[in-house]
Amino acid sequence: MKEEIRLMKGNEAIAHAAIRYGCDGYFGYPITPQSEVLETLEELMPWETTGMVVLQAESEVAAINMVYGGAATGKAVMTSSSSPGVSLKQEGISYIAAASLPALILNVMRGGPGLGTIQPSQADYFQATKGGGHGDYHLIVLAPSTVQEMVDFVGLGFDLAFKYTNPCMILADGIVGQMMEKVVLPEPRPRRTDEEIRKQCPWAASGRLGGRKRNVITSLELEPAKMEVINHQLQERYRTIEQNETRWEEIDVEGADYLIVAFGSIARISDKAREIAAEEGIKVGIVRPITLWPFPTEAVARAAQGKKGILVVELNAGQMIEDVRLAVHDSLPVEHFGRLGGIIPSPEEVVTALKDKIINR
Amino acid sequence: MKEEIIIAGFGGQGVLSMGKILAYSGLMDDKEVTWMPSYGPEQRGGTANVTVILSDKKISSPVLDKYDIVVALNQQSLDKFAPRVKPGGTLIYDTNGIHNHPTRDDISIHPIDAMTATLEIGNSKAYNMVVMGALLNAMDYKLPMENVIKGLKKSLPERHHKLIPLNEQAIEKGKSLLQA
Repeated sequence: MKEEIRLMKGNEAIAHAAIRYGCDGYFGYPITPQSEVLETLEELMPWETTGMVVLQAESEVAAINMVYGGAATGKAVMTSSSSPGVSLKQEGISYIAAASLPALILNVMRGGPGLGTIQPSQADYFQATKGGGHGDYHLIVLAPSTVQEMVDFVGLGFDLAFKYTNPCMILADGIVGQMMEKVVLPEPRPRRTDEEIRKQCPWAASGRLGGRKRNVITSLELEPAKMEVINHQLQERYRTIEQNETRWEEIDVEGADYLIVAFGSIARISDKAREIAAEEGIKVGIVRPITLWPFPTEAVARAAQGKKGILVVELNAGQMIEDVRLAVHDSLPVEHFGRLGGIIPSPEEVVTALKDKIINR
Repeated sequence: MKEEIIIAGFGGQGVLSMGKILAYSGLMDDKEVTWMPSYGPEQRGGTANVTVILSDKKISSPVLDKYDIVVALNQQSLDKFAPRVKPGGTLIYDTNGIHNHPTRDDISIHPIDAMTATLEIGNSKAYNMVVMGALLNAMDYKLPMENVIKGLKKSLPERHHKLIPLNEQAIEKGKSLLQA
């Protein structure tokens, strides 16, 4: 295996990337529109090559708790699901965050609430960025807009998770999961040896070998005073992540009159809307948050300077718009456009919304 | 160069795999490509469609409202997508089972009898490659046949590679149905 150019679905790309980035274990349960992740892993049989474990658990709850266990030993482990399945995982995610463990979770969002539809959605933005599970915690949330980013964010996601001992989520949608595009698969990086894990993860429950003090991995602390200290430590870490890891992309922001803020595949539909608007002489810039948490607050505020209005385009009823409003306060009009339940807007619809809600308001 | 194409028909007609072969052929010709399917219950006998974009440059939206070329393989798809051909664009449709024919005069319309042509080849599974032949001829961007063959090889599992000559024959047959 070396670097390789292929055409594949976002979900397939996740499976290839997991193997190539040295993932130790995948635990999942099938659900549309991300079942190809598990299917592709089963087809590639990495347990025969890299030794990676692939396991179809009995449920989503079992899968996330297997991830919790694997992560506790310092292994690079992951799970994937779609919206209803990710809801089931929330308790486990909160435990993993509280225990300060690295793990990678993929959510390929579908229309909700409830069992909803199997078509694309972005309605889990709140769940991913504002908690989801109970307690004061944050996931690092990456939002891919291309199949290539599905690949890249597996590597980045594991790197960030281990750097900060914090779970990381790739928040994709049915479009990026199901579409095929050109991808460059990275050169494989080998799974870490037990020796390397011991060195990289001194906190891991990886066997004492008669040496160090016992490592205890738990999210339980019955004494409030101690639990407050743990909370402060978490908050301190979140501030560091906010400072170091905020990522975003800007397109034609300079010289634009209007701004669209959108993430994931919807940022690409919005980019096409930008092209169509430009043909009519309307200058639109795009800000695409890549990390949804930490949110690129300062970048949005900077990009908004001198603009006449912002349209936030999301496949939901208005979630990220709250973070955009917090970023720009009331310095300019901020409106929302979204389709719900699995309907994908066309670029033309986005242009019409921009005119109706911002330009001709 | 940019071709924005939608292929639509019944689930089981090979719409998605035809789109995949087209996309892979473009990739073999060093183009940027996207392949975006309608997915889900459609695959079980309802309607299925796939949007394929081939371009020299990075592709923005994989989802479109208007297309350079629409390929419609049943009445439902024809009714839905004929109005969405860009003015000056191209509509290809299989005449089998069509009772309401398109009437737009601002696009070029190519009715083809791909079903009969496929029967002449003698293998009904080659239907989608007959249609793809017609599509290749209708495109402004001329995909070299050698890259289409490479695309076929990449798309088909190795155990089906013995069918490549049949597919090639079907593509040539399809090309003869539509003289651009």
